[in-house]
Amino acid sequence: MLRIDALKVDPLPPLSFSVANGECMAIEGPSGSGKTRLLRAIADLHPAAGHVFLNGAERHEIPAPEWRKRVRYASSEPAWWTATARQAFDLSEKTAQSKLDRLLTAVALTPKSLDAPLSELSTGERQRLALARALIDEPSVLLLDEPASGLDPQTAALVEELIRFQLLAGRSVVFASHDQAQINRLADARLQLAKPLPVRGGQRA
Amino acid sequence: MTTYVPLAYSDLIVAAALVAINGAISFVYGLKLEKTLAIASLRMIVQLAAVALILKFIFAQTSPLWTVLFASVMAVAAGAEIIMRQEHRFAGWRAMLLSSSPAFLAGLLTTFIALAVIQPQPWHAPRILLPLLGMLVGNSLSGVALVLDSMTSAAIRERAQIEARLALGATRFVAFEDILRRSLRTGLMPILNAMAAAGVVSLPGMMTGQILAGIDPVEAAKYQVLIMFLIAGATSVAVLAGALASVWLLTDERHRLRLDRLNAHADARRS
Repeated sequence: MLRIDALKVDPLPPLSFSVANGECMAIEGPSGSGKTRLLRAIADLHPAAGHVFLNGAERHEIPAPEWRKRVRYASSEPAWWTATARQAFDLSEKTAQSKLDRLLTAVALTPKSLDAPLSELSTGERQRLALARALIDEPSVLLLDEPASGLDPQTAALVEELIRFQLLAGRSVVFASHDQAQINRLADARLQLAKPLPVRGGQRA
Repeated sequence: MTTYVPLAYSDLIVAAALVAINGAISFVYGLKLEKTLAIASLRMIVQLAAVALILKFIFAQTSPLWTVLFASVMAVAAGAEIIMRQEHRFAGWRAMLLSSSPAFLAGLLTTFIALAVIQPQPWHAPRILLPLLGMLVGNSLSGVALVLDSMTSAAIRERAQIEARLALGATRFVAFEDILRRSLRTGLMPILNAMAAAGVVSLPGMMTGQILAGIDPVEAAKYQVLIMFLIAGATSVAVLAGALASVWLLTDERHRLRLDRLNAHADARRS
């Protein structure tokens, strides 16, 4: 279970909520309301005061890299540091390749997409590869930022199906979305962030 | 064996006349560099004269405390020089720590190695120690300035890639491995080029000076080889230390990218 206790993400008020295993929470709010920042703070990628517990263990009791293996943030604009997707996957474990094959099938990709230059793939293909990258090592909590942005309705439905499968496997999911229909289909609970963040120096930190 | 030819002040005036030609070119082509040229020339004369007088004073002292004091001034000056060359600078104490320590500590380390080779009496003789230290710190400084600029610029440019790797559970050093490798190459290239070109493209300044001062060219070359290896050693250590320290300062103990510690300075002096 993921439990957030008085997490202070500037300039939102301190937030407290919990997401049970197999539960899906949607974070709603207009652009600039702090959805991304909240997700990043839970993954401990953005400094924030307050506590975040996973199954009773506070994030600071766990080394940060280990925390992020269990509490996984997936950006709405996934970045790649390699020439092909395959190089970004750690396939050293025996079962990794078969897990990857299953994930690719689930999002309607062929193994060919792993070895194609990433620059030649479509935005949607890269988005789905990034989802596979986020899921392959089976984190306990998924923090998905606009998980179906840039996808056509059919592929978006596949991604939603994959998210439901993660919930059935007992993982907690927190996702940020603008899409009311998608929120209605997936979410068990909602968190509404109202006010847009003030824009400082022309750029949101 | 030729002997040392002392320079008269009138000889320097002849050399200064060459700078006047530069000034004339600037004037004719409207480069507006006359003032800069005059200031740079005067600065050089005043700085070298001042340092010569200070060194003369320190060489005459027996207490090593004067040597320590001069070396400390060198460390601060090196740090300030590196900071000036950065487009993205760390705020506060981090800037000074990052910029002065690698070049100075590497210079100090290699100076001690050189002293072990040369074995002057006493070992801390300022006449040997200070010029060596100055040269080694000065040369490592260029490498450190390059590597720091490369690290911070890459961290800003590739922020999304670094954070993607951190989000997947990479440690800060793994997330920075590609950037670190590229920046080390950038920082080490000038000294490698300088070693390869030494004697063919250019006769190094120190060797030229020694030959002009009447030393046998073979002896001068031996010293130059020693110096080049020392400079390469100091630069490598300084560049590596600077790169690792940048990773350490660009991230925090929770392996988060902390670009908020950087300030942008568009007025950075490029060299």
